[in-house]
Amino acid sequence: MTPALNAYVMLSASLFAIGFLGVLLRRNTLVIYMCLELMLISATLALVAFSHFNGTEDGDVFVFFILTVAAAEVAVGLAIIVALFRARQTVQVDELDSLKH
Amino acid sequence: MEQIAFTLISLFTLACAVGVVLCKNAVNGAMCLLLCLAGIAGLFIQLHAYLLAFLLVWVYAGAVVALFLFIIMLLDMQGGKPLRIRGLQGAAGVVSAALLIVGLNLLAVRGKLASVAAPGHGVGSRLELYSDQLLTTYMLPVQVMGFLLLIAMLGVIVLSRRTDAAPSK
Repeated sequence: MTPALNAYVMLSASLFAIGFLGVLLRRNTLVIYMCLELMLISATLALVAFSHFNGTEDGDVFVFFILTVAAAEVAVGLAIIVALFRARQTVQVDELDSLKH
Repeated sequence: MEQIAFTLISLFTLACAVGVVLCKNAVNGAMCLLLCLAGIAGLFIQLHAYLLAFLLVWVYAGAVVALFLFIIMLLDMQGGKPLRIRGLQGAAGVVSAALLIVGLNLLAVRGKLASVAAPGHGVGSRLELYSDQLLTTYMLPVQVMGFLLLIAMLGVIVLSRRTDAAPSK
């Protein structure tokens, strides 16, 4: 007996929501970024599951692209965080309040 | 058998995902992310997407998590602040996450996804199908992706260059 499609979709939705919760609750920019990656990965899980149950390859190919974009995104994002740390000596979002009036 | 494996792996993955959110030390969070990715790679194997499972471990667990650990080390964030949940903000976060879970799960239930039969053969296990798709249907996205990677590389070089001319604060 193989697990049904809705089990994968529910798991993916739960992982997405956990990542979302992390983005909202945490104050450390790096941890927020890790939670963002978690959300991205949960979306790929849904894509792979739908692609498998549909019997086609297209979802898998899209996951391939998502992995590429995520790698580029992580490199740029972490460079921005390092630049931010150089300028401000902190990565806590509470202390980055220059745009607050 | 497959059902038991799925249940175990999904529970493990969810536990590690919660660990990423709750660990107060960023290094432990990165390790939880690593384990979570390993669990998702296991789920990919169950879905017969062997190449993607390999790529996930390679790109994410190998490169991305290592990059995160390097940055944590560079910024010297050992210890870190414990998770403080402020009243209204925390409540809003929990409520919106719960709404998200309920909405997406309703989609899975109302869409009658449980009745979709799994195909007997594993489509994702054939490497030639990937290359065929990538070099015919998805030729333009592949080239755009190459360009994107180039731009990202240039952007990172520009961002990480130390500007001596700028006044140091």
